[in-house]
Amino acid sequence: MVEFALPKNSKVGTGKSVKAPSGSKRVKAFKVYRYDPDSGKNPTLDTFEVDLDQCGPMVLDALIKIKNEVDSSLTFRRSCREGVCGSCAMNIDGGNTLACTKAIEDVSGEVKIYPLPHMPVVKDLVPDLTHFYAQYASIKPWMQTETPAPTRERLQSKEDREKLDGLYECILCACCSTSCPSYWWNGDRYLGPAILLQAYRWLVDTRDEGTGERLDNLEDPFRLYRCHTIMNCTNTCPKGLNPAKAIASIKQMMVERRG
Amino acid sequence: MAQIERPLSPHLQVYRLPLTALASITHRATGVGLGFGTLLLTWWLVAAASGPEAYGNFQWFAGSILGILILFGFTWALSFHLLNGLRHLFWDAGWGFDKQESHKASLLVVGGSVALTVIVWIAAFIF
Repeated sequence: MVEFALPKNSKVGTGKSVKAPSGSKRVKAFKVYRYDPDSGKNPTLDTFEVDLDQCGPMVLDALIKIKNEVDSSLTFRRSCREGVCGSCAMNIDGGNTLACTKAIEDVSGEVKIYPLPHMPVVKDLVPDLTHFYAQYASIKPWMQTETPAPTRERLQSKEDREKLDGLYECILCACCSTSCPSYWWNGDRYLGPAILLQAYRWLVDTRDEGTGERLDNLEDPFRLYRCHTIMNCTNTCPKGLNPAKAIASIKQMMVERRG
Repeated sequence: MAQIERPLSPHLQVYRLPLTALASITHRATGVGLGFGTLLLTWWLVAAASGPEAYGNFQWFAGSILGILILFGFTWALSFHLLNGLRHLFWDAGWGFDKQESHKASLLVVGGSVALTVIVWIAAFIF
């Protein structure tokens, strides 16, 4: 359902403010969304000043520095620190991206950091992705075959393999899905750009033999057709992929099979 | 312990919508506007069929400042919805999904709708 305002328990208040150590020359303010499930209080926006001369270049570096030196309770997911794992996806400066590949200097003024939009928050910058993963499982993201297994690998021509380029690189960070207004309002039933891009990755794989059933599963006013080509997904993808185009390709496959 | 109600993270409040998204919501808004505008079109047709007095009433309204403003807005809404609708046709054909291209196309739709509105009104005053 479309609800523009945040629920009562989700309104963001003003939080604490921590100054940079005296003598800092290049000070940058980071405004970070905080929510502590144990306090029972509403989320707040805390301000941390960081001396950039004592900090790495990426937003993730600043978050780790704050956690190490200022407030150890600051909670966020991170792992690879090089844009491969997708753990540190969050809303930075009004757009969804990976904190590890977002340079601090690309943000003018204060750096505002929120969890991925329109998601239940577990703590601070950690959203609950259970439903997102369940939706991923629903498209059966593995190869389905009916023909007997050959004695060697299932082969694919170079050209057929190239069809997977721009799709297999998706790391399921959920930046795109949580940038999509359609997913905000109808995420309970609409699969969202990330899952649909993954669905298309299996639909175009020439080795996969489950195409018909996969399309049957997507032929639904909500699962697929809530995409209105708003293009937030393509604009925000930190890997430079194009979910909007993948979704359009699925829609075309639907038309083609109707004949 | 009972499951606590998790807060919902901010969405519209914090998201900086790209031009394509603004064009998309404008497409919907102009669509709704055109729906209401069609009521006025109906009024015009009914008035024309009802006789000189009813038509005179309509003409008085259409000539008033409010009427002209509404007609001007209707022209722009129609222009925008038309151009963006054409763009949806291109999308359905699989074209124009590139990030830069789609941004440029949005600019083109916005600029084009303004230009088209002005052209229609200049034409209306000349002819």
